[in-house]
Amino acid sequence: MSIGVRNLTKTFNGFTAVDNVSFSVETGELIAILGPSGSGKSTLLRIIAGLEIPNAGEIHLTGVETTLSSPQERNVGFVFQHYALFKHMTLYENIAFALKVRKVSKAEIVSRVNELLELVQLKGLEHRYPSQISGGQRQRVAVARALAARPRVLLLDEPFGALDAKVREELRKWILQLHEQTRVTTLFVTHDQHEALEIANKIFVMNKGRIEQEGTPREIFDRPLTPFVAEFVGESNFIEAEVSEPHLVRWGPINFSVNGYPLREKMRIYFRPNDVYVSSAPEHNHVKATIAKTRFKGPLIELTLHIGDGKHVVAHVPKGVSFASGFTEGSEVYVGITEYHSFSKS
Amino acid sequence: MIGLQNTPAVLPVHDVMVIRSSRLSEPRWVRWTVISISLLFVVVFLAVPLVLVFVKAFEKGTEAYVAAITTPDALAAIKLTLLTAAIAVPLNVIFGISAAWLIAKFDFRGKNVLTTLIDLPFTVSPVISGMVFVLLFGLQGVFGKWLYEHDIKIIFAVPGIVLSTIFVTFPFVARELIPVMQLSGSEEEEAAVVLGASGWRTFFTVTLPNIKWGLMYGIIVCNARAMGEFGAVSVVSGHIRGATNTIPLQAEILYNEYHITAAFSVASLLTFLAVVTLMIKKVAEAKIYHEVPPTHSQSLTGTI
Repeated sequence: MSIGVRNLTKTFNGFTAVDNVSFSVETGELIAILGPSGSGKSTLLRIIAGLEIPNAGEIHLTGVETTLSSPQERNVGFVFQHYALFKHMTLYENIAFALKVRKVSKAEIVSRVNELLELVQLKGLEHRYPSQISGGQRQRVAVARALAARPRVLLLDEPFGALDAKVREELRKWILQLHEQTRVTTLFVTHDQHEALEIANKIFVMNKGRIEQEGTPREIFDRPLTPFVAEFVGESNFIEAEVSEPHLVRWGPINFSVNGYPLREKMRIYFRPNDVYVSSAPEHNHVKATIAKTRFKGPLIELTLHIGDGKHVVAHVPKGVSFASGFTEGSEVYVGITEYHSFSKS
Repeated sequence: MIGLQNTPAVLPVHDVMVIRSSRLSEPRWVRWTVISISLLFVVVFLAVPLVLVFVKAFEKGTEAYVAAITTPDALAAIKLTLLTAAIAVPLNVIFGISAAWLIAKFDFRGKNVLTTLIDLPFTVSPVISGMVFVLLFGLQGVFGKWLYEHDIKIIFAVPGIVLSTIFVTFPFVARELIPVMQLSGSEEEEAAVVLGASGWRTFFTVTLPNIKWGLMYGIIVCNARAMGEFGAVSVVSGHIRGATNTIPLQAEILYNEYHITAAFSVASLLTFLAVVTLMIKKVAEAKIYHEVPPTHSQSLTGTI
């Protein structure tokens, strides 16, 4: 086990940023901590690095308790959202910093820094200063600097948050590649679900200082365990209705079967726009609807469907399918919901 | 941009290239009028007096000039001025860095009070600053009796001059550093600490290089004021020739005794210091601008 966190709590002036959080990370895993801003994810990362002191709880790094150790003793790599490169040092000096501090021999520093420059594909730029390279390059230098002293774990705090969309996408692929090469246990914080779903082999979803759910990207996306996860990860239609017949929620003409809830129980039901099946011909169990609005979303067309009774459902249909079926505003279609998640409202 | 409010040590706006649309441009006669007024003002109130100091000082030739600044009293005044600055400036550097560090990087109770107190010497008249020390250490003062009994002289002696100079100059370094430190944030320090650097190492290899030109600026401004301070020092010095006179006090005495050339010769030393200070200041300002370069918000174009 590489990181063990037990019952960690941190409050700032009465505000609980991290609320009794426990988890463990195996060696070599690539974990995303996903949550909205203010959910405590960055604070959690900073506690692990030793930049904040928790009010309660324990932290173990590679089996050693480090709850109260200084950041210097922990040997973790930390990458900041705004790079935090040393402005007055060249890229070479930045990467060599941790090694110089550890009094590593000059020859060893030279070979390690060159190795890292190659790893982050910045060979030839080592004598530049941080202000002379692009944002993406700076973040790669920051990663190289964090890896220099072979840290026990690598912690990335919103590493791509300050970069534009195209660069982010390239860096995501790069970080995956890097992780395959180095196999360093990595924990990264993000509010971007696409980033988390694409890179991580496991996701911790955080909300209000707590971990709501942990699981593989697939589990998180397909089987959200709490309303928050269902709402936060991916887009969702959201309805509230009560159990009107045994095991059945009626919402307009649509029936959702729910098991294990008493009659009159108020329910929240979530279903994703891409789990709404739309066809131009009637099908078993489908209900009639009118397309109230169409919206172009690149590869998808977003349809707002009026199902009668003043109720609307949002569906995502591949562009080709939409064109082939002649979905236009005002046309009549049939709608079925293939998958949904129901939670008791209380 | 670095800038402060309500302090004499404000950095001027840098020469940033401003592209103004012609619609915003004033008519030619307005521009020329404004330029002429400011030019006239600068010449009459700044340039002419500056030149006159040197003209007056060298009125009776170089020999008289050298003689005026090498009299035993003048030499003693120069020595005392240098000694005072040599004590006050380093102390204020230490105090200024600590205070700026505290204010820029930490949140604590009473931070506003401390920030306001740092400005106190700027807002209080120097004469009052001097009188405060007389009230504290003078013969009739709070500690006067005790000091007299133990034969320690502060007022009308060198310690009083040094103390009042420290008091008057103590905002300069802190005031310069606070905005520089606030702008640079604490992420670089955090990065250094996580990378294994000790507190001292972080300070010397990360913090200090980031603030060095701001610090330089603070030091030269502080030094100029330490050497040139008149009011507070005048109150506590007692004007004992050859013992408790600094250069400005010596210049005043000579002037009052109608030794005009000698007075201006001694004054020219301070004027020369002012010119040098201005030049170093100009360099430091340009460097501070580079110390706080456009960082995250603006990235260079190029491949990742």
